[in-house]
Amino acid sequence: MNPAGVARVTTGCSEAPVLRERGQREVFCGLTGIIWLHRKIQDAFFLIVGSRTCAHLMQSAAGVMIFAEPRFATAVIEERDLAGMADANEELDRVVTQLLARRPEIKLLFLVGSCPSEVIKLDLSRAAGRLNEKFAPTTRILNYSGSGIETTFTQGEDACLAALVPEMPEAPAEAPASLLVVGSLADVVEDQFRRLFDDLGVGPVGFLPPRSSTELPAVGPNTRFLMAQPYLADTRRILGKRGAQALQAPFPFGAEGTTAWLKAAADCFGVDESRFSAVTALGRERAKRALSHYQQQLAGKSIFFFPDSQLEIPLARFLSRELSMRIAEIGTPYLHRQNLAAELDLLPEGVVLSEGQDVDRQLDRARAARPDLTVCGLGLANPLEAEGLTTKWAIELVFTPIQGYEQAGDLAELFARPLNRAARLEV
Amino acid sequence: MQLTVWTYEGPPHVGAMRIATAMDGLHYVLHAPQGDTYADLLFTMIERRNKRPPVTYTTFEARDLGTDTAEIFKNAAREAYERFQPQAMLVGASCTAELIQDDPGGLAKALALPIPVVPLELPSYQRKENWGASETFYHLVRALAGPHAPAPGTERPPRDAGRRPRCNLLGPTALGFRHRDDVAEITRLLDRLGIDVAVTAPLGATPADIARLGEADFNVVLYPEIAQTAAGWLTRTFRQPATKTVPIGCGATIDFVKEVAEIAGVDPTAVLAGAPSRLPWYSRSVDSTYLTGKRVFIFGDATHVVAAARIADKELGFKVVGLGTYSREFARDVRAAAESYGVEALITDDYLEVEEKVAELHPELVLGTQMERHIAKRLRVPCAVISAPVHVQDFPARYSPQMGFEGANVIFDTLVHPLMMGLEEHLLGMFRGDFEFHDEVQPSHLGHGAAPAQDQTQIKETENEKAEIANVAQAVTWAAEAEQELRKIPFFVRGKARRNTERFAEERGLATITVETLYDAKAHFGR
Repeated sequence: MNPAGVARVTTGCSEAPVLRERGQREVFCGLTGIIWLHRKIQDAFFLIVGSRTCAHLMQSAAGVMIFAEPRFATAVIEERDLAGMADANEELDRVVTQLLARRPEIKLLFLVGSCPSEVIKLDLSRAAGRLNEKFAPTTRILNYSGSGIETTFTQGEDACLAALVPEMPEAPAEAPASLLVVGSLADVVEDQFRRLFDDLGVGPVGFLPPRSSTELPAVGPNTRFLMAQPYLADTRRILGKRGAQALQAPFPFGAEGTTAWLKAAADCFGVDESRFSAVTALGRERAKRALSHYQQQLAGKSIFFFPDSQLEIPLARFLSRELSMRIAEIGTPYLHRQNLAAELDLLPEGVVLSEGQDVDRQLDRARAARPDLTVCGLGLANPLEAEGLTTKWAIELVFTPIQGYEQAGDLAELFARPLNRAARLEV
Repeated sequence: MQLTVWTYEGPPHVGAMRIATAMDGLHYVLHAPQGDTYADLLFTMIERRNKRPPVTYTTFEARDLGTDTAEIFKNAAREAYERFQPQAMLVGASCTAELIQDDPGGLAKALALPIPVVPLELPSYQRKENWGASETFYHLVRALAGPHAPAPGTERPPRDAGRRPRCNLLGPTALGFRHRDDVAEITRLLDRLGIDVAVTAPLGATPADIARLGEADFNVVLYPEIAQTAAGWLTRTFRQPATKTVPIGCGATIDFVKEVAEIAGVDPTAVLAGAPSRLPWYSRSVDSTYLTGKRVFIFGDATHVVAAARIADKELGFKVVGLGTYSREFARDVRAAAESYGVEALITDDYLEVEEKVAELHPELVLGTQMERHIAKRLRVPCAVISAPVHVQDFPARYSPQMGFEGANVIFDTLVHPLMMGLEEHLLGMFRGDFEFHDEVQPSHLGHGAAPAQDQTQIKETENEKAEIANVAQAVTWAAEAEQELRKIPFFVRGKARRNTERFAEERGLATITVETLYDAKAHFGR
């Protein structure tokens, strides 16, 4: 590994063939993103306009009845709304009014579309406009769709952030260059990156989404943005429309990914090589040391990814290059070549990439491959364990801080733990 | 439109899944968008099932809507048949597919599969999970046992005197509240009465078993929410009597034994002799005096609340101050029970309304679902869980039935322990690192206005931390920034992080712990 950058591997996977599957997809819909988004944007509320299924999904996927009053809820569409006995728009206005009376501290309300609201063509953008007249500026009302017919899992965040971009203030054309980091990161990770950018002299730096809806960073032609998450294709496109320019980089997983990611910003802001090397030396060295704890356990072990969060490709790159794991298959719900160009170059040659899913066929392939570790959703994990395959819940990779130097060890540990556990148990 | 934060019941197709997943050799093809597959995790995670639910979802997408979602359904059904080779198939739609009106029943029929295919019409915008389960079971029973029905008006031939009476156990499903253990307990009880169980359904049954339901002498309805409709049809069609008593609690179990003995024509004396349950003596034992007149609020499904109210009132000497259910289909039974305790039944599926009622009534104990457990925590009232909706904790590794005499023992412990143990530890402490739940603030679930009683973990943790600080105070100091960073680490591992960092600093002779030291130590020690 080149410490201050990334060696371009010409024999990567950028041109590799992809197995495209169209069958049963065993993934969450985009509504699930609300579970982390509502913790991240601390004055926002997410109102799903959907069915009982949506409400049930949220409470099952959240796995918790812990938050007594979470900042999300569902407006459940009933027979009366469908039969035209009640005007769905009037009903929605009534529910929003009821909700905001109960939660006056809410500054930003997202109306979140679902499969049923999309199918009956309930126009939530018009509803948001109408409700804004009543509640703005105290509460801003925006809308996006997290429906399963349009989005899988992390795409819900993409749709949410894409809805936020038009709300960002305009940075004037003569404004100095600024950096925007795009994609939810845990606060602790955000703080670490902020410190690194400060030390590099890169900035000003803004984060999308911000912790408070009133702190949306400005965007303009001098904004350069770094994607912190690989699943934000629409957000990327809309930021581009506002004149901002994307910096091409791998994602900040592991020492290599984090270095390359920071380097993309450093190069853009004219940070010289020696300063970059000096600022990142400590983090790189620490990440390496932290990873060394897991090297022996993970090296040579094979891993199979079922499609889930779209983090699969960057994670596989990290595991293969920094921990010498063998890749049996990388499944991803969507393969955005543009977002992942830098990642695909770094994958080992000949890796099996699959896009979309036919879950039964993919299970057949996993059983045939007998990987040492299978990364999959909660519906598949226990059945595979029962068949003797060690699994890692993919959802934990979305809820745990795993980006950056200081989390490299934690990320490796997430993969090592199931193997460690399997080795320990004698029952 | 109804504003919902949490829901007691899932949509009706989840009820159908509970039937399909309970059985062997049955497959459910569900016309549904991607995302609806979340329901699998209810079974694999909450119930820890070691197999995927036998459900194929068509997972159509927006781009398919303009083209041919019907074709997608047909392919999915055909492929599911070929791959899983089920004995019978259920076909239906989830809420979204219901709107696009593809008619899964008609499409499946057109495939002319060589097995029985049972179409389900479960209106998602009107009905809910238990109704869906009941309706599914009823249609399955009709479709599979129906062909074996005697001609209308035929008398049931008398039982061959040489064989023991036989019954079916109806109602246990996947994801049911203690159904696994209730079946074992009641099977054992019936055996002691000299009665065999012919078929237990849906739990563990195959379509072939369902087809022979009519062969038993009578039916035991364990969970009316699930099996009453099917049992009614079996009574009409096969002239099989069905039990009415649900054997939850000591008194109800005795009534059940008598009812079954009457139907089967066996002598219950031996089974009822002695002290089949410890509950009566434990309740009479003097240490139970403090239970007298404890004000109890009860909410859950109809079967479990009616039973719990009887136990609370008659068997433990509590006072029932409130009673309610989310099972609207059984509201009448719950209203009647409530009236007998002199209270008005609360029939609602809005947990905020339940919370309001609990707050208003100030009970000393809440018996409810996981939802009420939460409400009770907020209001600082002890609580025991007696009903679905279920949680991973409601699938204990140990034998823990609710029904029969052992069930009465279990319920005695369940209802009495929260009172003796005081408030249970709460999970919320884990989220104290979160901005709304940080260390200094009282956990929000404890309600507003309640005195901020510190919980034990927190006190212990703070004391431990203080002790640690005192021990190393001379050696190393924490820079303010580093201390700030440390606070971001979840509290339950923070103590360890602090200790490790200080040890790391001491070993290297560092006087001040900076943010860098913290992460150096983290990298050094690993997890």
